[in-house]
Amino acid sequence: MAKAKTNTEDYLRMYRQMVRIRTFEDNANQLYLSAKMPGLTHMYSGEEAVAVGICEALTDDDRITSTHRGHGHCVAKGAEFKEMFCELLGKAEGYCRGKGGSMHIADQSHGNLGANAIVGGSMGIATGSALRAKLMGKDDVTVCFFGDGATAQGLMYEVMNMAALWNLPVIYACENNGYSEYTKTEEIAAGSITARAEAFGIEAHTVDGQDVLAVNELTQKLVARARKGEGPFFMELMTYRYHGHHVGDINREYYRSKDEEKDWKDNRDPIIRFRAFLVSEGIATEEEIEAMNAEIEKNATEAVAYAEQAPYPPANEVDMHVYAD
Amino acid sequence: MREITLSQAVNEALAEEMRRDPSVFILGEDVAEAGTPFKVLSGLVEEFGTDRVVDTPISEPGFVGMAVGAAMTGARPVVDLMFGDFIYLVMDQLCNQAAKQHYMSGGKLTVPMVLRTNLGATRRSAAQHSQSLQALVAHIPGLKVALPSSAYEAKGLMKTAIRDNNPVVIFEDKLMYQDKAPVPEEEYLIPFGEANVKREGRDITLIATSSMVQVAEKAAEMLASEGIDAEVIDPRTIVPLDEATLLDSVKKTSRAIVIDEGHQSYGVTAEIASRLNEKAFYHLDAPVLRMGAMDVPVPFSPALEDLTVPTPEAVVENARKLCAGEMIHAA
Ligand SMILES: Cc1ncc(C[n+]2csc(CCOP(=O)(O)OP(=O)(O)O)c2C)c(N)n1
Ligand SMILES: [Mg+2]
Repeated sequence: MAKAKTNTEDYLRMYRQMVRIRTFEDNANQLYLSAKMPGLTHMYSGEEAVAVGICEALTDDDRITSTHRGHGHCVAKGAEFKEMFCELLGKAEGYCRGKGGSMHIADQSHGNLGANAIVGGSMGIATGSALRAKLMGKDDVTVCFFGDGATAQGLMYEVMNMAALWNLPVIYACENNGYSEYTKTEEIAAGSITARAEAFGIEAHTVDGQDVLAVNELTQKLVARARKGEGPFFMELMTYRYHGHHVGDINREYYRSKDEEKDWKDNRDPIIRFRAFLVSEGIATEEEIEAMNAEIEKNATEAVAYAEQAPYPPANEVDMHVYAD
Repeated sequence: MREITLSQAVNEALAEEMRRDPSVFILGEDVAEAGTPFKVLSGLVEEFGTDRVVDTPISEPGFVGMAVGAAMTGARPVVDLMFGDFIYLVMDQLCNQAAKQHYMSGGKLTVPMVLRTNLGATRRSAAQHSQSLQALVAHIPGLKVALPSSAYEAKGLMKTAIRDNNPVVIFEDKLMYQDKAPVPEEEYLIPFGEANVKREGRDITLIATSSMVQVAEKAAEMLASEGIDAEVIDPRTIVPLDEATLLDSVKKTSRAIVIDEGHQSYGVTAEIASRLNEKAFYHLDAPVLRMGAMDVPVPFSPALEDLTVPTPEAVVENARKLCAGEMIHAA
């Protein structure tokens, strides 16, 4: 594993954030299975090192745009369980007052510009945020998260062209989890994904998305350079989603084998790998890690219980927020 | 008669037309092995192969544009657009390209393609997966728009759409995919521009599209118990629109409510209501009312989402008022 952050506290925080994402998702899945959550949701489990490695290299002033698979980005950018579970259940105390739900979840106060239910739909927003930073003389950086499937959207090529022409402080973070819904990436993406960015003169990197330190180290470097006006950059993060495309996608052997899933879970899990690293480097003991896991689990259970009891938004909020004052 | 689901009805229509006409093919995301997320197309790739059931990348403007080109050069593509909300992405290909080729070429080019997609809220899918956008395309000359209200209509309208020489957009109600209805085994087509009088009545006409037909029928039952005799009409296609059937009904009942799940403002209901006002004004005893979805993005929370769509109860209340003459001077 690469070494980036040298500070013990930072390591532990990264571990903690990854476990928080996994725990959040396990609870969300349970809410779905017990028919307590309205609608469907897309699980981020398996991809934790991507969101955490990247967001730990950002400040609250830096922005991100997220996707339909957005719980991980939301947690990694600083959101709390309570407001997240409330949002998932459509309750008034949710981050979006219940109006957004899973596919639009975001804690805007930490620079998350929103999850997006349109694949590729946030590419303009992220690049526009970077344009604003440049025009208004700010040094914040915007990270645009999107999946391998989203690379098929034409919008991406329009905005990458402008970002490159104008040296915008944006980092395109392609979470390549090998699938776009029920289809393998190689069946929907011709050629190489990074070469597409390179065609615009954008520096592109491929990184092991299951190695949180590798992701973090690369992101730190790119963010620092983007702040100095050397952007844009492109990262392809090789990762894997453990669940189906969404929580209802249970029988999926017709497009993805159980052996393949088992291999990723057993041999490349980002949390297991990082935990082993923390122990072998003497940064934390097994007992300390178990205690941390238990505390996170407890937080999640409490937040779920809170959200289940929390009130729905009152009826008069339905036509509130259509237009800003 | 046997009953099948709306999903099976669409599947059968496509299979029959693909057997009949080798120029028909399907294009869209996860249409082949996956048979779409709603499983509407399951089994078609097994029968017709991947040359006629073509999986695409997530490139909606690209594959809709390719359908236009294929249609202009002799094929009859049926494009699958996974959610009606994605129609915004393909508007240029649909409205500037598909809709206008025939006219711009002085009648020399045709674009015989079908875009199948869906509409409908209350599935807890939030603002970008719940819209009913039929008004947007109905506004564009050159596009035909079909709104099936059951499995029977879904099959008959799909077959007609595939044989039509114009671009046709079909919106299926995504909440109805598992709803069953009687569908004949024998082949049938439903011509465009022929409304279906679902229920006859003397006191008020309820004109309802797609998902709202069931709402209107329920309202009519409730009204019957109060002694109000409602007629329910499903236009089935809004372009072309069977004005004659609607006008005949309204001339008889002298009152009408138009119900459609699109946003109420500048919508399908407004168009139909104003045609009735223009052409049946002297027969009306009350203003024609519009009932559409509330003019808000569709909220996720069930507590809010359910408030945004017309309900049978709301239709009943409006019908009662119209029949009591309470709305004549409504502000
Ligand atoms: C414009 C658009 N087309 C299609 C969809 C339906 N859809 C939702 S997620 C998805 C697959 C996205 O794949 P990818 O970008 O790789 O993200 P992943 O789900 O793997 O995280 C599709 C096709 C959509 N939401 N938006
Ligand atoms: Mg993917």
